[in-house]
Amino acid sequence: MLREGQVRIPSGCAISGIINRKGNRFSGEKIIDSIAVMHDRSNGLGGGFAAYGIYPEYKDFYAFHMFYDNLRAKEDVEHFFNEHFSVELSGIIPTRKVSSIKNAPIIWRYFMKPLPDKIRDSELCEDEYVVQCVMKINSKFSGAYVVSSGKNMGAFKAVGYPEDVGEFYKLEEYEGYTWTAHGRFPTNTPGWWGGAHPFTLLDWSVVHNGEISSYDANRRYVEMFGYDCSLQTDTEAITYAFDLLLRKHGLPLDMAIQTVAAPFWDSIAHMDEKQQKVFKALRITYSSLLINGPFSIILGSKNGFVALNDRIKLRALVAAEDNETLYVASEESAIRAVCPKPERVWSPRGGEPVIGLLEGADSI
Amino acid sequence: MTLSMNTPEFLVERDLDRCIKCQVCVGQCANEVHKYDKETDSLSCDDLACVGCHRCVTLCPTHALTIKKFPLEFRENANWTANTINAIYKQAESGGILLTGMGNDKPYPIYWDHLLLNASQVTNPSIDPLREPMEVKTYLGRKPDKLDFSDGELVTEIAPQVELELPIMFSAMSFGSISLNAVKSLAAAAKEVGTMFNTGEGGLHQDLYSYGDNAIVQVASGRFGVHPQYLDAGTAIEIKIGQGAKPGIGGHLPGEKVGKEVSETRMIPEGSDALSPAPHHDIYSIEDLRQLIYSLKEATRYKKPVAVKIAAVHNVAAIASGIARAGADIITIDGFRGGTGATPLRTRDNVGIPIELALAAVDSRLRNESIRHQVSLVVAGSVRNSADIMKAIALGADAVYIGSSALLALGCHMCQKCYTGKCNWGIATQDPNLVKRLNPEIGAQRAANLLRAWKHEIKEMLGGMGINAIESLRGNRLMLRGVGLSDRDLEILGVKAAGE
Repeated sequence: MLREGQVRIPSGCAISGIINRKGNRFSGEKIIDSIAVMHDRSNGLGGGFAAYGIYPEYKDFYAFHMFYDNLRAKEDVEHFFNEHFSVELSGIIPTRKVSSIKNAPIIWRYFMKPLPDKIRDSELCEDEYVVQCVMKINSKFSGAYVVSSGKNMGAFKAVGYPEDVGEFYKLEEYEGYTWTAHGRFPTNTPGWWGGAHPFTLLDWSVVHNGEISSYDANRRYVEMFGYDCSLQTDTEAITYAFDLLLRKHGLPLDMAIQTVAAPFWDSIAHMDEKQQKVFKALRITYSSLLINGPFSIILGSKNGFVALNDRIKLRALVAAEDNETLYVASEESAIRAVCPKPERVWSPRGGEPVIGLLEGADSI
Repeated sequence: MTLSMNTPEFLVERDLDRCIKCQVCVGQCANEVHKYDKETDSLSCDDLACVGCHRCVTLCPTHALTIKKFPLEFRENANWTANTINAIYKQAESGGILLTGMGNDKPYPIYWDHLLLNASQVTNPSIDPLREPMEVKTYLGRKPDKLDFSDGELVTEIAPQVELELPIMFSAMSFGSISLNAVKSLAAAAKEVGTMFNTGEGGLHQDLYSYGDNAIVQVASGRFGVHPQYLDAGTAIEIKIGQGAKPGIGGHLPGEKVGKEVSETRMIPEGSDALSPAPHHDIYSIEDLRQLIYSLKEATRYKKPVAVKIAAVHNVAAIASGIARAGADIITIDGFRGGTGATPLRTRDNVGIPIELALAAVDSRLRNESIRHQVSLVVAGSVRNSADIMKAIALGADAVYIGSSALLALGCHMCQKCYTGKCNWGIATQDPNLVKRLNPEIGAQRAANLLRAWKHEIKEMLGGMGINAIESLRGNRLMLRGVGLSDRDLEILGVKAAGE
């Protein structure tokens, strides 16, 4: 049977996200409790977490979380790492035995900085250099897969229910200021760990619920800008779309959001002349990045997260606020499980983002 | 005079019990098939002259007429078919090139009919266009690589665009090859529905300047009717390099069709042949094309997108890439099944490649070179219905041109005799008595109806896929599956086989 990356597999899901906007760190237990409530929204074929602020002692290093199918793949990739990075520390990511989590790959972690000479030769900026390395590993090294590659953050994912995945990775031992989680319900059974969410690139992480009908239009557009969609998942394409808009093209956050969940032409016609010009330019230029079909996503970064629905709200998304903490989830129950009486609970409209930023950050 | 070996193609049968001798058929047939003999008070038919246009059948008040294929059967021969044999008889008699009209009618594979569209089931919802907004608005023109913002303000200026309410335009058909009433019909329909008609290389008749906002004005190798006011009149300018029905050759409007109006519009003497050279004599290579593109942009002060139209030939992908890099804002590709008013039969039937493969190859090539998003891609060359359009967009087109379909809407019966100038439906003719048969108001209504009907169908199919904006279908080849195609075909089309 073909695994993810060789074939495209649609899936439904549950998502949850929690941020402490003052940057106070809390353990992974809370997000596990939240996502666990939505057990029935996943089917045991994928669960995962993204955590920000978990490696303060190595915050200046790119933290690479890796899956290897075999030792040969590990050797090859480590050779590649040594050629391109200076590795400060590497080691196994601690796990505990959980009966429902089977067939684990070799799970390894590296804290690295790119070699200055190599960056200079590549004529790329540091982030772009790292992106190119990630693309190369995922597409050229058989049996190796980059789980995450950002600074002071990491992704933890597996085939299994999300609460079991959290237990497996001992997430209660980590403390972060932002956590996102994902429970997966794929309509096929590839059983491949790399296919679980979140999907990440640098410090972007995306957890996503839905099946986008614009996938191939989005994919073929981002591929023109040097991205290699080797996994063939919606989440991967969405991550690259945001990376392109926000990091490479430098669009303001609200403009990037209005690109993927664009207002209808009818709404644009009712805007004032200046706004019309902007939104027309967005839709004309980035028409291939409109994300169509049902989705709710949480896009995480070191500065916080943005939760967003498709523009006609074909997927559930609820948000809540309590003091400095902002919650988003597929279902309200997942929020109330960890915050029984939030100050405010609301259901954002289609295309209307819920933005949670750390104090002092002006954009994601 | 030697014996002619030409035999009728059609058999005209008159039911004498039904015929009331009203002579409508006599008056209606420009080919003079029907004759009335006063002395015997009887009607006769010259089958040899019949082209099978069905004008008489449609107008006969008592349905007394039937047109059949002439039942003349040669001895069975898979190699020497009746068409092949008759062509030789004709050329032995005339010594000339065989002419024909409309598009290639040979049974080459029609790839549209080997592609199937997707729909949503369970994992994502289909969208009902009667309940939810469904967007088919399309912009053609050059797009920037990225938008630049400074302090939250947009600083990038978007190049001029052609705004279409639906991704369907009327193909280039010149005044001359078709009648003024036919052009008026299409112009008015384009205005009503919010799309474009294309002048072809016939210039823009004075009466049509009011439709400038819905016109794409063409500059072809003959430069007929090209002047500053003309270039400024349209929303875009199209440089015509080639045409699917006759790649590599020029055009010829015979002098008898160049009456006063055509003469004034094309700026040539009345009665003179309008000859379009095979190449543009100022374009002998791609760098020359760039100069013409920029000459036209300069002449219109960079306010109009410039399109370049080529026929789908073997190396179309590389040529299209060159055109994009030469500065064209829109690339139009016309497939080998595209129609025409007149073309040498052998060229029409044997030169060029199918638009489906050409489109897929061009879209893939431009993407591999990371320039697809900069230009718009419009395809033509036998788009027969709304499903063909969906498939074209999924393969990578921004919009399509329809020519034959539009003329069929006006009443064309596809008899392929446009080049004779005797079109009984008032479309491909300049004979005032025939032209007046086409009422431009009714023609406009019919052509607009066709576009509206297709727009509804497109919205239905889009919604079925769970898509609510046409741009999310563009280049979305996962929405297609091939059936009955070879691996090589699938590879070129970039689609999976049904079941995969």
